[in-house]
Amino acid sequence: MANSARSTAPRLGLWLAVGLILLLSLAPILWQLLTSLKTTADITAIPNVYFPRQLTLEHYIDIFQRQPFLRYMLNSAFVAVVSTLLCLLIGTPAAYVLARLKLPGEQIILTGVLIVTLFPYILLFLGLLELVRNFGLANNYLALIVPYTAINLPLTILVMRSFFQQLPHELEDAARVEGYSTAQMLLQILLPLTTPALVTTGILAFIAAWNEFIFALTFITRDSMKTVPVAVAQLSGTAVFEVPYGALAAATVVGTLPLVLLVLLFQRRIVQGLTAGAVKG
Amino acid sequence: MAKLELQNLSKSYSAKVTPLKQLSLSVEDGEFLTLLGPSGCGKSTTLRLIAGLEPPTQGEIRIGGRDVTQSLPGERNIAMVFQSYALYPHMSVYDNIASGLKLRRVASSEIRRQISEVSLFLGLENLMQRRPGQLSGGQRQRVALARALVRRPDVFLLDEPLSNLDALLREQVRAELKQIFSQQNAPIVYVTHDQTEAMTLSSRVAVLNDGLLQQLDSPRRIYSRPANRFVAGFIGTPQMNLLHLDCNRSCAMLGQYKIPLPVGARSLSEVILGIRPEHVRLVRPGDPIVIQGEVVVVENLGMSDLLTVRVEGKPEFVRTMLSPDQSWSGKSIKLSIPPEMIHWFDAQTGNRVSDATR
Repeated sequence: MANSARSTAPRLGLWLAVGLILLLSLAPILWQLLTSLKTTADITAIPNVYFPRQLTLEHYIDIFQRQPFLRYMLNSAFVAVVSTLLCLLIGTPAAYVLARLKLPGEQIILTGVLIVTLFPYILLFLGLLELVRNFGLANNYLALIVPYTAINLPLTILVMRSFFQQLPHELEDAARVEGYSTAQMLLQILLPLTTPALVTTGILAFIAAWNEFIFALTFITRDSMKTVPVAVAQLSGTAVFEVPYGALAAATVVGTLPLVLLVLLFQRRIVQGLTAGAVKG
Repeated sequence: MAKLELQNLSKSYSAKVTPLKQLSLSVEDGEFLTLLGPSGCGKSTTLRLIAGLEPPTQGEIRIGGRDVTQSLPGERNIAMVFQSYALYPHMSVYDNIASGLKLRRVASSEIRRQISEVSLFLGLENLMQRRPGQLSGGQRQRVALARALVRRPDVFLLDEPLSNLDALLREQVRAELKQIFSQQNAPIVYVTHDQTEAMTLSSRVAVLNDGLLQQLDSPRRIYSRPANRFVAGFIGTPQMNLLHLDCNRSCAMLGQYKIPLPVGARSLSEVILGIRPEHVRLVRPGDPIVIQGEVVVVENLGMSDLLTVRVEGKPEFVRTMLSPDQSWSGKSIKLSIPPEMIHWFDAQTGNRVSDATR
């Protein structure tokens, strides 16, 4: 009896803490979701209406009908996918070389990569603006794809490098002894093992690119090329002073949904330890 | 099929780091050569050089008379078993074993036939569709062996293949290995730091230390006639007694006891006397070399007791294996050192003193 009483109290405390943390981190999202489903009257009602008295999809229909929101999402997706792929394509080989070869000045290169990530992002902005203007890249997807790729590269290189370092060297030796050429070894042995790490870093790069705001706001002015974060920020109501809370909430939910789906879809891939069994477990 | 020859093989990474110095040896078909030595002695480096995973700084590697020093690993037709097995975790057992054959564009019916042969031999038939992650350590080990055997290579290389298994399994797999490789007609080079593996498996053992070949001989001769002080101390458990003695007119002085030197050692001023603990025994009437001392430590090894005895009048210890049928602790005992079991080494060079004339 005493035993069970003693173990119940900490358990209760644990679940209380879990509940609090969940509430703290999920509350804003929950609020947005509920707001997006409320009628406009409920949203503006005083005192606050917490749970929608009447569910409605009018705000969702609104953002797709009054604005080309699908178009914005496709813009975002295109920019994010291309920059993510470029990131992995450039970063992974670089990471492999940094992990496997004993390069002279390797430490300097790594420090350089690290320092780039510390550089305040906003300071790059004015320089980039000049470049975009000089190369005539305004209202061109490249104006976003190139900086996004560049900004995400250091992270990709560092994460992938530490992944390659923990991958047993003997696997590659075994493949070479078996007669795999370097290209075959990389594609048939290394690549399948690297997938979880590629997916993980890919998702991080994708999220960063999908959510980026300032570059997207500045380098793209043509409405048909805008990305989701910019479009959400620029949503306007029917009247001048009306803040379209409902539409904003709906747009936020729709804009976040692809990221949530992406993470859920690849979650197993991320967690799954594909290297299990390569060497003594 | 193919004799493996190494000629003056050296590897150095920098002026100071030279893991292998001027190694020359050859391994015949079906011969089981073990490279034995403490860690850092250059044995794994030698294996990597033979495999072609690293280029030698100097020297030549020949397989079946063909110079392969500059060839890629895949062109040498060797198979290697790694310490960690290095199975491809994303492939099934079948694909793991088949990978080398597929790369050589062997017809798939032929691959199937050979794999079923090997897997039957190694008892892997029921595991073919599993992933390496679903196998036990011993099973992974056998898959790694199968992957090597199925290739029918010109040379087998094994890099400490047993060191990841637990002690009980290791003994069992060791016996299996011996049986498997006794049927292979190709040179086998095996790397280990475990002398039991070296002694039980090999037809010849190459003892390496500090990148230098110390002795290349049959396991029996490595044990019975170690070429120098290092080999004497490295081979055999418990370790050989190595006593540093002064010489006085063709006799070595062990405390107050005089031990006659062999002819070859008479000019030396200092010698090292080596005697294995299992050869030191209790005195019997008529024994020529007798020492007396006090038992300071008794270690129970099960089938015998290992005693550490302080030699009277000298700060030297002699270890001996005696039957555990009585309590030895603290007693003063008389021990006999049979002259024919003594190994003499030059104290300066560490080399064995020739005893041919004795």
